[in-house]
Amino acid sequence: MKNKSRTAWLFLMPMIVTLLMVAMWPLLRTVWFSFTDANINDLSKARFIGWENYFGEFGLFANEYHTEGFWRSDWGIAIANTLRFAVLSVSLETVFGLGVALLLNQNFKGRAWVRAAVLVPWAIPTIVSAKLWGWMLHDQFGVVNHWLMAAGLISQNIAWTADASYAMWTVVIVDVWKTTPFMALLILAALQTMPTDCYEAAEVDGVHPLRVFWKITLPLIRPALMVAVIFRLLDALRVFDLIYVLTSNSNSTISMSGFVRREMVDNGYVGFGSAAATALFLIIGLCTVAYMRLAREPNAEKTA
Amino acid sequence: MKSAKMWRIALYAAAVLVTLESVFPFVYAIATSLKTGSALFTTELIPAHATLDNYISLFTVAEQPFGRHIGNSIMVSVLVVTLSLLLAVTAAYALGRIQFKGRGLLMMAILAVSMFPQVAVLSGMFELIRSLGLYNRAIGLVLPYMIFTLPFTVWVLTTFMQQLPKELEEAAIMDGCSPLRIIFQVFLPLLWPALVSTGLLAFVAAWNEFLFALTFVLDNDERLVPVSISLISGASKYDIPWGKIMAASVLVTLPLIGLVLVFQRKIVSGLTAGAVKG
Repeated sequence: MKNKSRTAWLFLMPMIVTLLMVAMWPLLRTVWFSFTDANINDLSKARFIGWENYFGEFGLFANEYHTEGFWRSDWGIAIANTLRFAVLSVSLETVFGLGVALLLNQNFKGRAWVRAAVLVPWAIPTIVSAKLWGWMLHDQFGVVNHWLMAAGLISQNIAWTADASYAMWTVVIVDVWKTTPFMALLILAALQTMPTDCYEAAEVDGVHPLRVFWKITLPLIRPALMVAVIFRLLDALRVFDLIYVLTSNSNSTISMSGFVRREMVDNGYVGFGSAAATALFLIIGLCTVAYMRLAREPNAEKTA
Repeated sequence: MKSAKMWRIALYAAAVLVTLESVFPFVYAIATSLKTGSALFTTELIPAHATLDNYISLFTVAEQPFGRHIGNSIMVSVLVVTLSLLLAVTAAYALGRIQFKGRGLLMMAILAVSMFPQVAVLSGMFELIRSLGLYNRAIGLVLPYMIFTLPFTVWVLTTFMQQLPKELEEAAIMDGCSPLRIIFQVFLPLLWPALVSTGLLAFVAAWNEFLFALTFVLDNDERLVPVSISLISGASKYDIPWGKIMAASVLVTLPLIGLVLVFQRKIVSGLTAGAVKG
């Protein structure tokens, strides 16, 4: 027995060492940098300055220069943007993903083709989809404005990516377009493992299809749905590339990750940026725990 | 009877709508990539004067060595996938087939690593890459890319390992096989579909990565494809070469779409093994 467990650790060693090197160590260094005044030009000159980056004069939180309140500061805006983006895009993806999965679960001619087509947005790199939509939504030459004009829905071209009142929705829509396939596939996999006898019984009893959906389908795929949602939620909370390329990190859409990179790389404040990165890490951790609790509660009631 | 017919019509309408919505943007990108000059500003789907000029200019303009960038991307992605699979196979054997103390905790730790935000390691990774002399070199990106490919491959391969029949292993042990031989000669031939699907997903992830590639490589010759596309620019800020950008986009996406469609079923099984059972 002892021998076996030694073999196990021996086999695990290379993987563990690699992960410690590429993940754990950089993470710890980032936390350390967040307590220093490190600058990108020379990291070795970093001096320990305590909580200054978090709560100091120019800190992330409780900064006296934030005269209009925390949520008007760049960091506050980045947090609000990210949360808004995550909630909007993940809920829309879930609804559409569920719809597409239910569609693909039906029997019809050409189903294989539709399923293949649905995979296309998922296979497209994020940067490419950002550029693709950036072009389709171009204010002067974009095909979307062209159509809307032709249909008489708008009388003036809309600057989808530049106009602050549209930019966030534009980002959300592109993200939903790209990631709905992922949701749909996971939900479809759950749908296909479901027992058919419930459905047959429901059909014999003449239960309305909508009722079947709410009372049988949804509860049965709930666990898979919850897992898919948390995967997407964690992904959405760290969003960077789509927003960076599509709306060039403008203030109306900049995410927490975008803020961190701007401070760290563009402005060179590695210490301050690391503090934001550490805060982001904790915020995402909190969101995960909150979500897990919310997701578990109804189940607990049922078994009680 | 009538409502059944309506239902069929609605079903097919939905199917057509979903297909169009999924495929149209890419078709439009192909159309744009074949247009130059003023034709770019028309919205027709089949260009009147289709030309390959955009594709040719990608490889002939010296300031943007796109061919080189593709080479860099292939090298980095292949290295990342190979290393991840190599490290993951033995690890997955230990996690999937051997009962030992701390196994559950380790699985949770691996899952946690795969979920944490990339920017959380940005400054530490920057320091590490610099101190190893890998800053500004494409090959240096192999290191940060392991953060997201390794936990994922370990996790998925572990679930596949658990599904292999116990009798095989017992027979091999009876014959005096060492654990290493069990992995590479008994299990590996059975695992190859799993290796293909996880390898492919890891490849796609590495191929698409943007944040690390943008931050750790500034040299124009060392760039990877996603950053290259994001930086294609014209003579001025108002002169964006959309035709060229779309041509580059089509080039890097077509192989991916091809792979995904060919390996459709395998990919779905890889995704669901990673997510649903996790």
